Amino acid sequence: MVGHGDIRVVHRGGSKINSRQPVITQDSRFLLCASGECVKVFSTSTEECVHDLRGHTDAVTGVLLKPSNHLQAYSCSADGTVRLWDFTEGIHIKTYVIGYPVYSIYASAHHGGVIFVVTPMLNDKRSEVFQLVAVHLPQSGDQLVEALELSAVISDVSSNPAANCFGKGGEFIASAKGLHLEVFFFKKQKSYRFSLKEDNKKGGKNTFMCVACHQKEDCIATGHEDGKIRLWRNFNHKKEYTYSTLHWHHSAVSSLCFTPEGTNLLSGGLESVLVQWRYNQESQRDFLPRLGSAITHIAVSPDGALFCTSHSDNKITIIQSSVKVSAVIQGLVKGESVRTDLMVDPRSKSLVLNGKPGQLQFYSLQRDKLLYNLDIVQQEYIHESGLEQFEVVKAAFDASGSWMATVEERNQKAAELELNLKLWAFDEQTQSFVLNTTISTPHEARITDMCFCHAADSQTTMLVSTSKDGHFKAWQLSAAAHTEDEGPSWSCDFVGAYHSLVPERCCFSADGSLLAVSFQEVVTVWSPASWELLTTLSQPPQAIRDLCFGRLSCSKYLLGTTASKLLCCWNLLTCSLEWSTTMDVSLLLADPLTENMAAFCFQAGGTDLFVFKPSEPRPLFSHKAVCSGKVTRAIFSPREEMLESCEESSQWLNRSQLHFLTQYMDLMTFTTKAEEDRLLASSRQLVVDDSVAMTPFYLLLGKHRQQETEDAVSSSLSSDTVPQSSAAIKQLLQTPAHVMPSTSYLCSMFVQSLLISVTDTREENKHAEEKMDSEREEEDSEEEMEPSNPRPQQASEACSLTKAQLRELRRVRKQDHSWSAGFL
Amino acid sequence: MASFKPTKIQVYPKLGEKVTQDTLYWKNYKAPLHIKEFGAITNIDFSPVAPHNFAVTAFTRIHIYGPFSQEPVKSFTRFKDTAYCGRFRSDGQLLVAGCEDSVVRLFDVSGKVALRMFKGHTKAVHVTDFISDRYQILTGSDDYTCRLWDLPNATELNTYQEHTDYIRCGVASKLNRDLFITGSYDHTLKLFDARVDKSVMTMDHGQPVESLLLYPSEGLLVSAGGRYVKVWDLLKGGQPLVSLKNHHKTVTSLCLSSSGQRLLSASLDRHVKVYNTTNYKVVHNFDYAASILSLALAPDDESIVVGMTNSILSVKHRKSLEDSKEISGQQRRRPLYRVFVKGKNPVPKQDDYLVSKPVKQHLAKYDKQLKKFNVTKALDTALETWTRHRKPEITVAVMKELDRRGTLKNALAGRDEQALARLLNFLIGNVVDPRFAPVLVIAAEMILDIYRSVIGQSPVVDRQLLRLQELLEKEIDFQQDLLEVMGMLDTMFASSFPRMEVPCPGISRANGLAGGDGITSRPQIQAT
Repeated sequence: MVGHGDIRVVHRGGSKINSRQPVITQDSRFLLCASGECVKVFSTSTEECVHDLRGHTDAVTGVLLKPSNHLQAYSCSADGTVRLWDFTEGIHIKTYVIGYPVYSIYASAHHGGVIFVVTPMLNDKRSEVFQLVAVHLPQSGDQLVEALELSAVISDVSSNPAANCFGKGGEFIASAKGLHLEVFFFKKQKSYRFSLKEDNKKGGKNTFMCVACHQKEDCIATGHEDGKIRLWRNFNHKKEYTYSTLHWHHSAVSSLCFTPEGTNLLSGGLESVLVQWRYNQESQRDFLPRLGSAITHIAVSPDGALFCTSHSDNKITIIQSSVKVSAVIQGLVKGESVRTDLMVDPRSKSLVLNGKPGQLQFYSLQRDKLLYNLDIVQQEYIHESGLEQFEVVKAAFDASGSWMATVEERNQKAAELELNLKLWAFDEQTQSFVLNTTISTPHEARITDMCFCHAADSQTTMLVSTSKDGHFKAWQLSAAAHTEDEGPSWSCDFVGAYHSLVPERCCFSADGSLLAVSFQEVVTVWSPASWELLTTLSQPPQAIRDLCFGRLSCSKYLLGTTASKLLCCWNLLTCSLEWSTTMDVSLLLADPLTENMAAFCFQAGGTDLFVFKPSEPRPLFSHKAVCSGKVTRAIFSPREEMLESCEESSQWLNRSQLHFLTQYMDLMTFTTKAEEDRLLASSRQLVVDDSVAMTPFYLLLGKHRQQETEDAVSSSLSSDTVPQSSAAIKQLLQTPAHVMPSTSYLCSMFVQSLLISVTDTREENKHAEEKMDSEREEEDSEEEMEPSNPRPQQASEACSLTKAQLRELRRVRKQDHSWSAGFL
Repeated sequence: MASFKPTKIQVYPKLGEKVTQDTLYWKNYKAPLHIKEFGAITNIDFSPVAPHNFAVTAFTRIHIYGPFSQEPVKSFTRFKDTAYCGRFRSDGQLLVAGCEDSVVRLFDVSGKVALRMFKGHTKAVHVTDFISDRYQILTGSDDYTCRLWDLPNATELNTYQEHTDYIRCGVASKLNRDLFITGSYDHTLKLFDARVDKSVMTMDHGQPVESLLLYPSEGLLVSAGGRYVKVWDLLKGGQPLVSLKNHHKTVTSLCLSSSGQRLLSASLDRHVKVYNTTNYKVVHNFDYAASILSLALAPDDESIVVGMTNSILSVKHRKSLEDSKEISGQQRRRPLYRVFVKGKNPVPKQDDYLVSKPVKQHLAKYDKQLKKFNVTKALDTALETWTRHRKPEITVAVMKELDRRGTLKNALAGRDEQALARLLNFLIGNVVDPRFAPVLVIAAEMILDIYRSVIGQSPVVDRQLLRLQELLEKEIDFQQDLLEVMGMLDTMFASSFPRMEVPCPGISRANGLAGGDGITSRPQIQAT
């Protein structure tokens, strides 16, 4: 066994941003939201993440603006601390240690120096009973302060942050739990309790879901499980309280919010419709329908100009008060399960998986950003629980990324299975996939596997799908038969079966000359050119679970795993079993760039990883207990730049990265020590400008400042932050302005170079780049500039030219401007 | 906020032949005019000069028809026996015809009695034609000879005895006064040169040759015989270019369209096929009631004349421009262009503040109702008479959408007698359509569930339910028959495919699954 070395399993991006209510800052420029173990600061106008406020060691459970200073924010976490941040600079100011896990945080401007937190009952940490505690924050200059002065306000509260709310002028706090509403008045130190009956006549459930308080009047709005909203008044009396009921939602109201002036009440729930009620004129309502998915939280900016809604699909929508969507911040969508495999789009190198219902999401791993959602089903989504919806169950890309195949199915109880196979062509113009062919009911039963022929040089593209109906079908692109106005479309080329067994897996060899289809315990090998059955391989007694061809030098090997905990490797030249071992492999996958294969083995509640080459049954690398539970989805994704690691155990990570999904849908990956160090170095940099996105213009500015103080430290921030950092742009940014062509001449070329060009021009670019590279090699290595390093420096005047600068200037003057042709 | 996604209407592939430029051209003829002749029509020839009368040879007569007349403008009846091959001279003044009695007769088109009689053949003369110098004629006969005659003094100029069987077709060159080609039942085509007294080129067709055609350029020759149509390149010494086998009976007649781009062939199998002369693919097909013996096309393709064995002459005239205009006039008049662009293209001034107006999404009426969750109304809209009859796929798509939303039952319930009758009518019309069956069967089951309690209250509904039941029973029987046929075909296919041995390693042989014979079936074309 090879040791772990310095390879670690880490979480990789895609954390939730919808777990808690987001906060909009006083000036409406930033949005703060809790995301895993950090607080993310987004710009409300550009949707970019400006800062990650890191420091907590457990999930962040609440974010709150400091009432006395609107440039600072509190965050609380389950690690038992409350931290104070300067969110515009991204600086951590103070840590208050509470000592108990904190589940939500409240504060009011009228209670200076006190914050209110919800913690478990003091006496035992594990209990399910929570209480609201007032914490007096000690005035101290230290970074780390222990807050010891705790006093319980209300015992037995809900841990849901939406269930507590401060009232008008901080006079009272309302707290709802189950069927009770409790209002605590600070002046009188007295609480009133109101209860509702469990069910009303019509069987609607009266459980409280959320509470909101009017900031100018004595009024509490509560949302209920049956979709009703109650407005409570006159609640400072035990008996004479009144309430009125508003009803529009058909299922539970999950969030309520008053606007700061109190003129409007916003509500949302499963219907994904934001409802705006006029206060005191409740019959007038405004709706903002089709927000995508269920609303979980609603927040309003302090000036009332912006609303924002969090959605169950890990999305935050920013809405102007004229009820118009202005921005959408989308995180990685996590459903209960990923029905499609994890895939890598060969063009954008992004991770592709199930996202919103009926859609595929393209998620950039490098930038931790959702690129786009592709609507596969193309039907109006009806938000109703218990409705059978179309789901994308399979997807596949061809080698060049110009074709994508998707399968969607809808399984009704009574009726037959509805299946659609769709083939999508990549459109260069719009840079997205466009539907080419829809095949309804491609098979009579569920499709078990689907794969494209991977040969890059083959003339025809071929797709093979296997189904529970006992057949596998080959689909081929063919030109339209008669008329010229239709483009080519896909049609069935071949239907194959073997002894009426059910095919489970299919796999093409690396050169596309062989197709392996597993029929229960038999692997059949076919020739796609003639559709002849070439040979059969089998290893009884159990059915084949996974099938995989080796790559590159190992392409003569076919690997299969069986349900009887066997990993077999057949040599296709001799048609015999090369080797086999006993291990319960839950997932077997091949790295497309190297010969390596990864096998995830399920053992005693945990999963182990083995990386090996098919040519030898000895693992290159193994990692015990990668995570708990079974790993069923994983993918090798190519790296943008190769890693240079000499250690034998980590060499398999040089060209590609291994990502996998755990049982709890967390996206994890393996990193080496060197990689982590590099990441840390790049994250240490300060970010200057508020919401300036990372653009080449920004880099131009940063570069300019940096040039003035020659700093030898060149932190190697990878160029992936720059949208397109071709050598031509580098050259443009390095060349002094007076030797360049006129701005009007350059501008259009520059803008064009930022667009994603069509392939042929890209090739041209490549040529130009190559030319420049050779040019640059001739230059002396004096000017080692990292142009993509966005580190701004203090401006210290350096009027006289240094020697190096002089030399550079001379060199630049000698250069011709042929590189600028690279923009075209 | 995403916009409403309209209901997806499934597009079904149109069955039947694809509409191409050729089908449009060849379909643009009026309904055929049928004229009864006295016997099988063996030859049709158009006069080369306007008004392009045509001579029809049938039994013992030759009739000349005007371009639009239904009655013959002229007839020649002085034949003792069956007449053959009435052909015009290039000036349209003279007509020559052979006869079963071996005499060749020459007529003046305006006269009645034969101007000349050419006697010399010993058997029936099936081939006659004018040589391009206009003063000689060519004849071919069942006595295996073909002869050249001089017109002014009716003497025989030359005799060629090279064929070994009946000569049934021949054509004289229009560009060269010395060349002519004959085709015979001895399977050969011979090119003769009057200057050398013998054939200069022989081509083997492989079948008894029935018809010959020279291209206007006279570089290519088309011959028909048996089921084959063959094209020969004369400039390359009679090299065969293509062999076409698109008919399933003997091809009897050939003809070229006025542009020379299309070749037409007529056959005893009652079809006329139109070929593209660049790639020799069939681009169009005409059907006729009986076996075709002769075919001719008027200059400019103004009419297609076909003569059949049942002695019926079919004349199809081209639709004139006014006719096609009439059709376009029937189309709905759209608003003027000016109305459309009104107010759409003002140019903003420099300091104008632009307020973007959201683009309004156009939705069909049923989509608007679906958007508001008015399910019953949406179904009513989709069941409107026009939609129901002309575009049943829309109605079915709305039903499918309602079913997906789980509200189909609500939409179907609560209907009065009239509305229910309309719904049942639609079901009866479409439930057995394989494209719609999966959705409509669900709807039918729901209707039966909902209205079970009121069965027997309305005679109209009851009658329709009985019809529906009858229809379904019939369909079930039909499907059963189809399955039986499938079973029969499967056994035939299985026996016709050779069983192949597949090499397999020893391991797989051990578990009893060895000797894998992959069962392969034919690819089935899916609707896309």
